[in-house]
Amino acid sequence: MKFNIFTRRSSWALPYALFLGFFVALPLILIVIFAFTDNQGVFSLQNFVKFVTQPEAVNTFIYSIGIALVTTFLCILLGYPAAYILSNRNLNRSQTTVMLFILPMWINILVRTLATVALFDFAHIPLGEGALIFGMVYNFLPFMIYPIYNTLQKMDHSLIEAAEDLGAKPSTVFWKVTVPLSMPGITSGIMMVFMPTISTFAIAELLTMNNIKLFGTTIQENINNGMWNYGAALSLIMLVIIGITSLFSDSEEQSQNEGGII
Amino acid sequence: MKKFFAQTYLWLLLALLYAPIIIIAVFSFTEAKVLGNWTGFSTKLYTSLFSGGVRHSLLDAIENTFTIALIAAAVSTILGSIAAIGIHNMRGRKRQAITFLNNIPMLNPDIITGISLFLLFVSLGVTQGYMTVVLAHIAFCTPYVVLSVMPRLQQMNPNIYEAALDLGATPFQTLRKVIIPEIRPGMISGFILAFTLSIDDFAVTIFTIGNQGLETLSTFIYADARKGGLTPELRPLSTIIFVTVLLLLIIINVRARRAARKQENI
Repeated sequence: MKFNIFTRRSSWALPYALFLGFFVALPLILIVIFAFTDNQGVFSLQNFVKFVTQPEAVNTFIYSIGIALVTTFLCILLGYPAAYILSNRNLNRSQTTVMLFILPMWINILVRTLATVALFDFAHIPLGEGALIFGMVYNFLPFMIYPIYNTLQKMDHSLIEAAEDLGAKPSTVFWKVTVPLSMPGITSGIMMVFMPTISTFAIAELLTMNNIKLFGTTIQENINNGMWNYGAALSLIMLVIIGITSLFSDSEEQSQNEGGII
Repeated sequence: MKKFFAQTYLWLLLALLYAPIIIIAVFSFTEAKVLGNWTGFSTKLYTSLFSGGVRHSLLDAIENTFTIALIAAAVSTILGSIAAIGIHNMRGRKRQAITFLNNIPMLNPDIITGISLFLLFVSLGVTQGYMTVVLAHIAFCTPYVVLSVMPRLQQMNPNIYEAALDLGATPFQTLRKVIIPEIRPGMISGFILAFTLSIDDFAVTIFTIGNQGLETLSTFIYADARKGGLTPELRPLSTIIFVTVLLLLIIINVRARRAARKQENI
């Protein structure tokens, strides 16, 4: 019998299954448990009541969603043309420019943020909301360009030629053919930008010299100050928001567009 | 004309993206404590970065970052590859369940992964430190290894494995001589991915590193920035990191292009 366990290769996944149960499933269950208990471990809704009744927390929450939306929108606005140009053979032939856009993704996010702060200091730009949004766009723009570039590259170009042959104007071709076909790239770009912006903590602190607080910072402060239950409840709220976002993009079917960067 | 505008747009955007990095690199060659003051060319910051001395816990932080990444990447690669072989041979609901669990760390925002592991460790009463950081990194790196090994297994001809067994090889020999050579490229890219993810990580690390004085590069930079003044030696360090990454990417790219050209010629 023992021999059988080793030869059945499906049982090779067993150690990892146990590992996942302990280090992935259990910790998430703990977030839920902590969120619905008070610090004595008794079931209670007080954490959520506290969130709803505290204007500061709710405001930070709404503000963070707003910042994340603006960042995501700006990333699409700046990133889509870039991805389009990069993937278009008539406009760009160099692989090097493509690489240059991907390169910042491989640099530690804190180093990049510090570099941005340095730039603002250097140009005597005050560190406030504008700096925050610019810094976020700067940090996450490559994550928008890359997936869009990928889908545009895999796109069937005969469709565009067909539209042109049938007499469509260039702008019509762009809006009716290219954009709809690149939707999977846009949605996975949105996921890759919106989710990290809404959940970052250190970046906002550094970019605004602690003047502007985002939701991630609120969560981190609570955890650091020993308010584990409240922090867990806030994390759960964030998870729900992210769950909703990913449901929205799942329906757009983005799976074919995933793939390693290496 | 259109091409000219397109290229101008690209290069303007690139200039914007790279401006901060370039400023850091330029000012790494001057001694001034405050960034933006040019007090003449000097490589003092580079030498003081490596000579240790007063506050170069920075070097310790770099060392920790690399050893943690190495351990985490090595363990993830082994754990993930074995798991991928197992999952590949699973069917039905079990397979769905484990794939679902495997996807969670990749979809979860870092802060949630960090907090959930923090709650696990405090619930167990574990003192947080080196061990907990390594475990946390293995937890969020392994799914990526599984994901990069799986396609290799799917491409593999299942008959080779059966043939090896029929010819009298033990399952272990088959693993070593047949399966591993087939999935090696996936294991390597999984390892590299795990390594870079671990080096880059900040959010998970900060929640699992505890308060025993252990620092990685990310937590060091964070603590330093919160104190207000930035250690000037971070400038040469960021420059070195940037140049290294740039060179690595160029090498990878050139090799990939050469390989592609070779294939075309065949």
